[in-house]
Amino acid sequence: MQTVKMVVTGPYSAGKTQFIRTISEIDVVSTERKITAQAERIKDQTTVAMDFGRITIDDDLVLYLFGTPGQRRFDFMWEILTEGMLGFVVLIDSVRPETFREAKHILEIFRGYAETPYIVAANKQDLPDAWSPDDLRIALKIDRSVKVLPLVATDKESVKQVLLELLYSILENMEE
Amino acid sequence: MALKGNLRDFNSTQLLNLVSLAKKTGSMHLETNGDFANLFFKEGKLIKANTQKHPGRLADILYEAGKLTPEQMQAISRHANLTDKALGIDLIKSRIVSQQDIVHSVKEFMLNVVYSLFSWAEGTFLFQQGILPSADDIIIPLNLDNVILEGSRRIQEHERLMEELPDLDVLALKVTDKPLRDVKLTPDDWRVISHIHPRNTIAQIAQAVNMDEFQIRKIVYGMLQAGLVELTKPEGAKPKRQLSARFGGKKDVAPQGPAVKRSVIERLITRIKRI
Repeated sequence: MQTVKMVVTGPYSAGKTQFIRTISEIDVVSTERKITAQAERIKDQTTVAMDFGRITIDDDLVLYLFGTPGQRRFDFMWEILTEGMLGFVVLIDSVRPETFREAKHILEIFRGYAETPYIVAANKQDLPDAWSPDDLRIALKIDRSVKVLPLVATDKESVKQVLLELLYSILENMEE
Repeated sequence: MALKGNLRDFNSTQLLNLVSLAKKTGSMHLETNGDFANLFFKEGKLIKANTQKHPGRLADILYEAGKLTPEQMQAISRHANLTDKALGIDLIKSRIVSQQDIVHSVKEFMLNVVYSLFSWAEGTFLFQQGILPSADDIIIPLNLDNVILEGSRRIQEHERLMEELPDLDVLALKVTDKPLRDVKLTPDDWRVISHIHPRNTIAQIAQAVNMDEFQIRKIVYGMLQAGLVELTKPEGAKPKRQLSARFGGKKDVAPQGPAVKRSVIERLITRIKRI
């Protein structure tokens, strides 16, 4: 049985757990804990080690999806999770500009871990104040060669599209 | 699509850069303690600007610029219902001011409004697509490149620059295809540009032009914001392992990802399409 993996990363509350939950065939193995710090109470729970989802491709191939913890104090997990990944997705919370700088920082760190293809997904595009992918590309100074896609992490088709685009980027990378 | 946020996270220079590069048309409302500003843009160019404290009425602008006397101002105030455009036409016809006087004075006023925004470290902004000033307003299109450069030159916060350009040893610069002929570059800007090469890191450029880290960061930040240069990896540089030291490891070559056959990726694509 061959296993391959992709990593989903991004700032705190960008929607990483939801992204994996939407597409995984198993209940996501999540390491969420209740949030105690008042300043971080945007949501009730946060991932402290990783999220883990699975998609069975066929009898002898399985894709694992790993979600990184979003809070900085758990970033020691990031490098471990990236080992052997095919590629990664950086999620951005399109309605919280205060997290854009953190998203860019995470993106740069992950680029440093491995020269694997990656894409950026602008999540929460269904919300009225969402910044568009084009605006986010400029705001985060993302190179034109990197795909920046719209995403609604609760919508399976939208999540599928992001994963497919990452796989297309991986194929293109193989041809180079 | 509206753009909403706080200047603490996304400052005025970055906002102008976004509007300019995305060639946006619409209005930007900014609010800070005790003042607000309204800017209007057409295809990425600033066309009108005012603040609560400086509403930008043509008569006031011309008076402040010394183009109108107190007596002329008094006469104008008797026709308070005149729009700026109508007043401008009247003043030109009466040979009180020239068209050039109006263009120059309004331009200077707009620039002063925008430059004053660079000191707003806190406050909210809201950009609304498609909203234009009234047809009765005087509109002067202003290229934002120089405004952005000037705004960046006024940044004095070391921390902001450190966040934007953390490690000068691993970053190189690439000149974009944006034409430089209309941009007002300082001799220091030109010195930096003349040393841009795919192999030169920013730290090496700083050394070559004899600048300290703060100086070079300011210059590079300004040119980045104005879209004149892009950050790139120096030729021949290996990706940096940012956290490996934490694990005591000495990995200095980033992995390329697992050796996976093309057929595996194609199987993944086929399966995900079917989900």
